[in-house]
Amino acid sequence: MKEKLLDKLNTSFKNSIESFSEFRNELTIIIKKADIEKICSFLRDDAELSFDSLRDICGAVNRASVDRYEVVNNLYSLKNKYRLRLKVLVDADDMNVPTVTRIWPTADFEEREAYDMYGIVFDNHPDLRRIYMPEEFEYYPLRKDFPLMGIPGSLPLPRK
Amino acid sequence: MELKQQEVHQKILKALESQSTTVTFDDPLENDMVLNMGPQHPATHGVIRLLIRLDGETILSLVPDLGYLHRGYEKLAENMSYHEFIPHTDRLDYLSPLANNVAYILAVEKLAGIEVPPRAQYIRVICAELARLASHMVWLGTMAMDVGAVTVLLWGFREREKIQDIWDVLTGVRFTTSFTRIGGLAQDITPQAISMIKDFLSQLPASLNECENVLVRNRIFIDRCEGIGYISKEDAIAMGLTGPLLRASGVDHDLRRDEPYLVYDQLDFHVPVYTDGDVLARFYVRMQELRESIGILHQAIEKLPSGLVNSANPKKVLPKKERVYGKMEELIHDFMIVNFGINPPVGEVYHAIEASKGELGFYIQSKGEGCPWRLKIRSPSFVNIQSLPIMLKGGMISDVVAVIGSLDPVMGEADK
Amino acid sequence: MELMKPDEPFITTKLDDIMAWARKNSLWPMPMGISCCAIEMMSFAGPRYDCARFGSEAFRFSPRQSDLMIVAGTVTYKMSHVVRKIYDQMPDPKWVIAMGACTSTGGMYRTYSVVQGIDLFIPVDVYVAGCPPRPDNLIKGLMEVQNQIARGEKPGQKVKNIYPRIRFCK
Repeated sequence: MKEKLLDKLNTSFKNSIESFSEFRNELTIIIKKADIEKICSFLRDDAELSFDSLRDICGAVNRASVDRYEVVNNLYSLKNKYRLRLKVLVDADDMNVPTVTRIWPTADFEEREAYDMYGIVFDNHPDLRRIYMPEEFEYYPLRKDFPLMGIPGSLPLPRK
Repeated sequence: MELKQQEVHQKILKALESQSTTVTFDDPLENDMVLNMGPQHPATHGVIRLLIRLDGETILSLVPDLGYLHRGYEKLAENMSYHEFIPHTDRLDYLSPLANNVAYILAVEKLAGIEVPPRAQYIRVICAELARLASHMVWLGTMAMDVGAVTVLLWGFREREKIQDIWDVLTGVRFTTSFTRIGGLAQDITPQAISMIKDFLSQLPASLNECENVLVRNRIFIDRCEGIGYISKEDAIAMGLTGPLLRASGVDHDLRRDEPYLVYDQLDFHVPVYTDGDVLARFYVRMQELRESIGILHQAIEKLPSGLVNSANPKKVLPKKERVYGKMEELIHDFMIVNFGINPPVGEVYHAIEASKGELGFYIQSKGEGCPWRLKIRSPSFVNIQSLPIMLKGGMISDVVAVIGSLDPVMGEADK
Repeated sequence: MELMKPDEPFITTKLDDIMAWARKNSLWPMPMGISCCAIEMMSFAGPRYDCARFGSEAFRFSPRQSDLMIVAGTVTYKMSHVVRKIYDQMPDPKWVIAMGACTSTGGMYRTYSVVQGIDLFIPVDVYVAGCPPRPDNLIKGLMEVQNQIARGEKPGQKVKNIYPRIRFCK
C-alpha cells in the first residue's frame, strides 16, 4: 500500500512533495502549501487509494524553529484501512493556508480550532471565527510565547 | 436619597427619548425567531449553546457554540511529563474514564516503543469494556429521560453504581481512576474483583432486557425516535463521524476489528450495523454494543493469562513503592522518571481507539524531552457535534432534544 | 422547639425556628452541572445515595423555582458570566454549594481559561472537597447547609468555624 501510494504521488505531483518520513509504521509526507487542494482531492477521488475520511487537523509549532508553524492532516482510508499524515509548513510572516473544507466538510470546526489556538488563517473557509475562546480574546493561546497562566486582564470576570 | 432617585429618573427619560424605537415589519407574523438553547439547559448534555433559527416550530438552521468548558488541556500537556498527564485524561470523556487512560497510554507506549506483557493487555481490555458499559448506561438513562421516560434513568444509574463498585475494588477510586501507567498498570487485578465482575455480568442481561422492553414497546418512544435526525451514509463519512453514529448509517467500521489494538484480534465479537441512519437505529446499535461488550468481558476473563503486569524496563516504568523505599536502584530510577520524564525518541505518532462515542485519538509530537512538544486530542464528540445542522434541518424543536440524546456528546472532551 | 408537657397538645417555639426548620428540610437544589462533578451529582440524586430523603426532592433546572445552587464542574471565564446571571435570577434566600476542587480553587487546572475559584464572583456557603467528591461527601455538604440554616445564619456570610475538630468536609 505504501509503495502504491508513493508511486502515484510521485508520478502526478513530483514537485509538490518536499519530503517524507516513516516512524513506527506511520507515513508522514510534507507538501507545499499551494498544492494542498490538488493533492487532497486526488487522494480522495482516486479509486484505489480512496482516502475518504479526514480524521484530524491540528496546528503545531515546528520542532526545529519556534517561528514556523505546521498544519497536520491525519487521513484515513476506510477501504484500505490505511492511515496517512500530510503536513504543510507555514512561516510566521505568511500565515495563510488554503482550506480543505470543500473536499472534506468535517474540516470546518477543526480549522477554526487551529485558527483560534495558533492564528493560522485558512483562505476560503466558510466561517472562520474563534471557537473555544470568546470572540474578544486577542491572543493565540497555544503559541510558545503565551504563558500557561494567561495574561491577567485578558478575559473579563463578572463582578461580585 | 430622594434627589438621587430624581436624577436617575431624569436620566432614564432622556435615554428613552433619544433612542429611536420605531421598527417596521411588513407582516408581524412573518418573521423568523432565533432561539438560544443556552449553556445551562436540562436537556443538553453538558454546556453547549445552540442558536436555532425557527420558523414557527420548524428549524431553518442551527449553529452550535462551544468553548464553555475549554480548560486548556493541550497547553497543560506541554508543561508536564507524560506520567503527570494521566489523571487529566480521566476528565476528558468523564463517563468512561478508564477508556481515556487506555487510549493515552497506548499512544505514549507506541511513541516510546515499550512492549507490555499480555496480562496487562487483557486487563486493559477488561477496563475498556467496563468503561463502555458504564458510558452507555448513562447514555441510556439520559436519552430516555430526554424523550420522557424518567424510570430508565434510575435503572441505568442502578447498574452504573454496581460498575463503580467494581472500579472501587479494581483501581481504588469510584470515578476518576487514572489506572494505567506507562509499561503496564498501577496494580494487578485481584480475585475479588474478578468475582465481582462475574456476578455483575450474570445479572446484567436481565436488566438490559427490562430497560429495553420498557422503551421499545412504547408507541410514544418509537414515534419520537423513528425517522428523526437522519444522516446518509455519504454525509456521515464526509462529516468524519465515527462510532455508533457511523454504524447506524450503514458503514461497517469498527477500530477494534479493523485496526486491532491490545488483544482484540484474539477475541471474538460481532459488530452491529444498521442502515436506517436515524435516532432509533443509533439506539439499537448501542443496545447491541452493550450485549457484545458483555460477551467480550466473559472471554477476556476466561483467557486472562498469568504473569507480570508491568513490563521490565526500569528506565521507563515506575517501580513499586515498596522497592523504592528499600533499594537504591529503584530509588534512582523513580527519581529520574518522576523529575525528568521518560524521554521518548524524537518523532510523532497518532494512535486511536474505539471509545464509546467514536474514535478517540491522541497525536503526540516529541522532541526527545520529558514533556511532549505537542499533544492533540482527537475527540469524537467535537466532530459529531458538527453534524447537528445536517441532522436537524427541517425538523422541529422537540427533535433537537432527541437527536442530542442519540449523539451523546460529552463536553469535557469536545471542549478539551 | 420545645413541648410544654408530653400530654399537652401544643408546641412553643420561635417563628424563626419554625421557618428555619421548614426551609432546611425542603431545599430544592438547582444543579449547575458543568462537567465531571455533575455525574456524581446525578449519583447523589440517584437510587443509592438518595438526596430525596433529605428533602431535596425536586431538582429544578429553573433558577426561579429553587433555593440552593450546586455548582458542579470547572467554571471557565466564558461560563462565569452565565453562572452569575443564573445566580442573580434566583430569588432570596439562596445558598450556594461549591462542589469539587475546580469550583473551590480552580482544581488541577491552573491555566489561562479557568477561573481559580467561584468565590471570586459569587458568595459561597459550603465548599465540598474532592475530585470528584463522593456522593456521601456531597450529602455531608448538604447537611452542613441545613445546619447553617438551623443556626440562623444569613446566606453568603463568612462565619467562623464552630466545629474545631472537623476542618472541612472529608
